[in-house]
Amino acid sequence: MTASVLYDAPGPKARVRNRIYSVLGSLALIALLAFAVYRLDAKGQLDPKVWDIFNNAGVRTNIRDGVLTTLKVFAVAGALSLVLGLLLAVARLSEHRPVRWLATGFIELFRAVPLLITIYALWVLFLTYKTDLGVIGDYTAFWGLVIGLTVYNGSVQAEVFRAGINAVPKGQVEAAYALGMRKYQVMTMLLLPQAIRSMLPTMISQLVVTLKDTSLGYVITYTELLFATRTMANNIIVNGDNPFTAVTIVVGAIYIAMCLALSSLATWIERRGRRAKTGVAVAAAAEPAEAPGVLDASKGPLGPTTDRETQA
Amino acid sequence: MNVLLDHLADFREGFIGTVLLTLASGLLAMILGVVIAGFRVSPVPPLRMFGTAWVTLFRNTPLTLLFLIAWFVVPVIFVPGLSPWTKALLALGFYTSAFVCEAVRSGINTVPMGQAEAARSLGMTFSQTLRLIVLPQATRAVIAPLSSIFIALTKNSAIAGAFSVTELFGVQKLLSDKGFPIAWIFLWVALGYLVVTFSISGLFRLLERRLGVAR
Repeated sequence: MTASVLYDAPGPKARVRNRIYSVLGSLALIALLAFAVYRLDAKGQLDPKVWDIFNNAGVRTNIRDGVLTTLKVFAVAGALSLVLGLLLAVARLSEHRPVRWLATGFIELFRAVPLLITIYALWVLFLTYKTDLGVIGDYTAFWGLVIGLTVYNGSVQAEVFRAGINAVPKGQVEAAYALGMRKYQVMTMLLLPQAIRSMLPTMISQLVVTLKDTSLGYVITYTELLFATRTMANNIIVNGDNPFTAVTIVVGAIYIAMCLALSSLATWIERRGRRAKTGVAVAAAAEPAEAPGVLDASKGPLGPTTDRETQA
Repeated sequence: MNVLLDHLADFREGFIGTVLLTLASGLLAMILGVVIAGFRVSPVPPLRMFGTAWVTLFRNTPLTLLFLIAWFVVPVIFVPGLSPWTKALLALGFYTSAFVCEAVRSGINTVPMGQAEAARSLGMTFSQTLRLIVLPQATRAVIAPLSSIFIALTKNSAIAGAFSVTELFGVQKLLSDKGFPIAWIFLWVALGYLVVTFSISGLFRLLERRLGVAR
C-alpha cells in the first residue's frame, strides 16, 4: 500500500485527527454534490418530465442503436488494429532494411499525428473519391472512422507487440535456432505466443482507448452513440428546453460502464498472469499509450511507469 | 505547397492556438493532478475515495463527451458565459489531470521507503513529508510519463478545433472546406503537431538529464 510510506500507523491522537479530517472531507464532498444537485434542480433538470423521456420506446431504441453502432465500429476497428499491429511489429523486426524502415515510418507518423486529424483527412478523402471507391461509397463516415482508428491504434499495438517480443529472453531464440527452427517458426511458435500472453493486459487497455476514441465519429457526423443521442436530444423539447443534461448523464454512464468492463477484464487477466509462473512477466494493465514513448522498447518492455500502477 | 504559402496566416494562428491551449490546459492538469494525487495517498479515507472516483471517472470517459459536457452542461448548470477557449481548457485540463495524477502517484511509489521514514522520525507531518521530501524526489520518476501525457494532450487538443476553437484542426477543416487537396493540408497540419510534440519531448529529455541522479 502506497499510503503507509507516507504516514505511520495512526496512534490515538492521530486517529482522532484523521476522524475529524474525514468528517470535514466528507462534508465538503457532500456539499459539492448537494450544490450540483441544487443547481440541476434550479435549472429544472431534475423535473420528472425530463427523465420521463427515457420511458419512451423511441428514445430507448435510439440509445440502443447508438450503442450498437459504437460497438460495431469498435469491433471492426479493434480487430483490424490488432491485425495491423501484428503485421507492423513483425515488419519492424524484419531483417530487411527497407521493410523495417517502412514499418517504422508508418508507425511513427500515425502515432504522432492526432487521431482526429487522420480521421478527418480520411473522411474527406473518401468523400471526394466516393464514386471510385464503390464499396466505401455508402459508408464513407464509417470507413473513415474505422480506418483512422485502425492505423492509429495499429501503430500503438505494434509497439506493444514489439515490447512483448523484446521481453522474451534472447537465449530462447538462440536455442530455437540451434534446434534448426526457421525464422517464421521462431516468430510464430516461440516469440508471438509469449509476447501476446505477456502483453495481453496492455493490449486490452489500448482497446479501451480505441473504444473511447470511437466517439470522435461525432466530429465527422457518423451516427455513433454520442452523435445519435445528441441528434435525438435536439429534437425533443421538455418544458421548452432540450434535455441535453439528462441525455449526457445517461450516455456518459453508458460509456463509463463499457470502458470499465474492458479495463477490469485487463486487470483480471493481469492478476491471473501474475499467479502463473512461466518466466516471461505479464505487463501491467495500466493505461498504456495514448502516450507514445511510454512503451519505448529501450526502457524495457513495460516502460518506466507501468510497474506499480495497478493498485488503483 | 501553395496551400501553406497562401494561408500562412491561418496556419500560424492555428499553430499558436494549439501551443497556447496545450500550455494552459497542461498547467491546469498539473495543478489538479498533483492535488488529486495528494488526496489519493492521504490518510483521510473520503479524500482517497474522491481521488479514486476522479481518476476512474475521467480515465473512462471519452474526451469528446467531456467537451460536450463543457459546452452544453457546464454553462447551463454551473458557470454561464464561458468562452469556447475556456471551456476547451476545462475539458482538456480535467481529462488530463487524471493521467497526471496516476503518473505522480506511481512516481511517489518510486521514492525509497527510508526517505519518508526519516522524514517522519524528524517529526514532519504528512503534508510536510509529501511537499518537502517525497514529491521533489518523485519528480524525477514522473518526468518521462509526464512527457508522454503532454504529447497526448497536444494531440487531444485537436478536438477543441472541432468545437470552433482556433487551433490546427480548425485550420485543416477550414482549408478543406475551401476545397484544397486534403493530402497537402494533412501533411502541413501534421507537421505543425510534430513540431509541438518534438519540442515537448526534447524539453523533457533536457529536464530528465538535469534532474537525473544515480541511485
